[in-house]
Amino acid sequence: MSVRYLELVCPAGTPAALRTAVESGADTVYCGFRDCTNARNYPGLNLDFDELREGVAFAHARDCKVLVAINTFPRAGAEAPWHRAVDQAAAAGADAVILADLGVLDYATRAHPQLRRHLSVQASAANAPSIRFYQELFDVRRVVLPRVLSVDEVAELIDETGIETEVFAFGSVGPMSEGRCFLSSYLTGLSPTSEGACAPASHVAYEEAGGRVNSRLGGVTLNSFARGEPAAYPTPCKGRYVTHGRASYLFEEPVGLNAISILPGLKQAGVTALKIEGRQRSRAYVAEVVATFRRALDALDRGEAVTPLGALSGSTEGGKETHGAYGKGWR
Amino acid sequence: MSIRCLTLGPLLFHWSAARRRDFYFRIADEAPIDTVYLGEVVCSKREAMVEQVHDAIVQRLCAAGKRVVLSTLALVTTPREVARIRDLARGDLMLEANDVACIQLIERRPFVVGPYINVFSEGARDVLVRRGATRIVLPVEMNSTSLTIVAGSAAPTAIEYQVFGRQPLSVAMRCYHARANNLTKDHCQIVCGIDPEGLVAETLDGDELLTINGTQTLTRGNGVLIRDIAMLRTLGVTHFRLSPQDVDMVAIARVYDDALSGRVQVDEAEAALRSISGAAPWINGFLHGSAGRSWIGSSA
Repeated sequence: MSVRYLELVCPAGTPAALRTAVESGADTVYCGFRDCTNARNYPGLNLDFDELREGVAFAHARDCKVLVAINTFPRAGAEAPWHRAVDQAAAAGADAVILADLGVLDYATRAHPQLRRHLSVQASAANAPSIRFYQELFDVRRVVLPRVLSVDEVAELIDETGIETEVFAFGSVGPMSEGRCFLSSYLTGLSPTSEGACAPASHVAYEEAGGRVNSRLGGVTLNSFARGEPAAYPTPCKGRYVTHGRASYLFEEPVGLNAISILPGLKQAGVTALKIEGRQRSRAYVAEVVATFRRALDALDRGEAVTPLGALSGSTEGGKETHGAYGKGWR
Repeated sequence: MSIRCLTLGPLLFHWSAARRRDFYFRIADEAPIDTVYLGEVVCSKREAMVEQVHDAIVQRLCAAGKRVVLSTLALVTTPREVARIRDLARGDLMLEANDVACIQLIERRPFVVGPYINVFSEGARDVLVRRGATRIVLPVEMNSTSLTIVAGSAAPTAIEYQVFGRQPLSVAMRCYHARANNLTKDHCQIVCGIDPEGLVAETLDGDELLTINGTQTLTRGNGVLIRDIAMLRTLGVTHFRLSPQDVDMVAIARVYDDALSGRVQVDEAEAALRSISGAAPWINGFLHGSAGRSWIGSSA
């Protein structure tokens, strides 16, 4: 049985969110550069080099680590921004880079062998041989596991590979194997895997028709809401589709992941770190979610009961919660 | 005379054992195809249902002079799935890796990189070539600008690209075919088998958008790149993949073979395809850097 401390890894979409996360009890924050090199390339988000350097200084002064996500897939002939991002993360004193692309991993291994490398969820490594592949080729030290595994499967992977794992504890439920989903580019022509934005705002529209609001992406209707009903953002895997004449949330119900009530099981499984998703969310979200998880982890360390499911219902997607794949792996 | 650069990708849909045997026997006997990919990419639960015809299909294809490559799962999660790939890696046939797990299990033998492994740049390509890749099937999302560089004259490997068939968009742990039929994945009754070209998912306003195939999501449109094959060859594509659909694939292969060998002009080939390619609308947007579901016409 593991008694390892569970590291709380928190989102820092902006310099202000970084400070909020650190002050709310994060052990580690993660962020990205303000360009296509990270998978949350949305307007108004992310850090430039100077902001990262200042953020690292702020975090390190409070015994908190900083990880830099460089986790999209460069297009041929345009790898320079990704290489520069790795160079800048190293120069800013980041504690690790979170990578997905084979070429970027190769570059980081050669150019900055001393910079710790984590494997992004975008690499979709969901089994032991895949993890060993990245360990052997790039000396990857930690894997962010895809949101497709049950707790038992997570435990087996850790036993078999001995690698540090980081798992999603709060945020979205990602039903598709991440880093290889082309639904958004099918509708918009812009690639989340290379340009870092799924369902880019430039292609989103909300149109009123017949007393309803239809949410559209790339001109395609992904959902429809009664007037006054909150209209969810049109992400392709969270839309409603019609099969056999029946409309449904075919891929995923509008729910958010909240693993707070299964923290003991994740700790027992040997998980190293818990990831809070939400670099695109507000500082208030960061403050509330990070502080709640901080209290839960501290309680867990003292052997006390952790906060029950529902404590964060105001912050979950759609206000509804799930354990996602952790229960039975969506079987 | 066939020009030996056409391939038949793995069957993505779940057809019965008898139907598969008939389909591949005819491919063996009649289709101008060089390489045939067999094996299950989408769902490991399907494998046992068609195992009994596998050896006969391999023998028939090999006897007809086809190269046979075994494709492997795009999403590998269970120890049983890992063990299955390890067994395949010990066999005589080359494997197509669709998850890097397969590359690890093959150890240092040559292999084909399947379209479910992200190779969008020369950096990623070179890592895989150093590891033993002799052919790379590029992801369908690849556009011609990137393709020019990855497949360019310095490319140290054969390059394959899909030019016919619905294009794969995602793989998942969840089975949407089961969900759409009010079943759970564990008790799915292999319901994906009732739809030989998958299940169409429409938008709320009736736009046919996606094709559901078990845990996989495909385009609704048929990716037909007949007008683009000459350009693709110039850019360095060495092999052209046809993905099996519920149409006369021998006839489809003949049209592509005629076009690639220059026996017929592209307009004539396109007209011939129109009459035999099935009901799904044509798309080719990804290659042209546009929305994947779009169709870029003859100006391309």
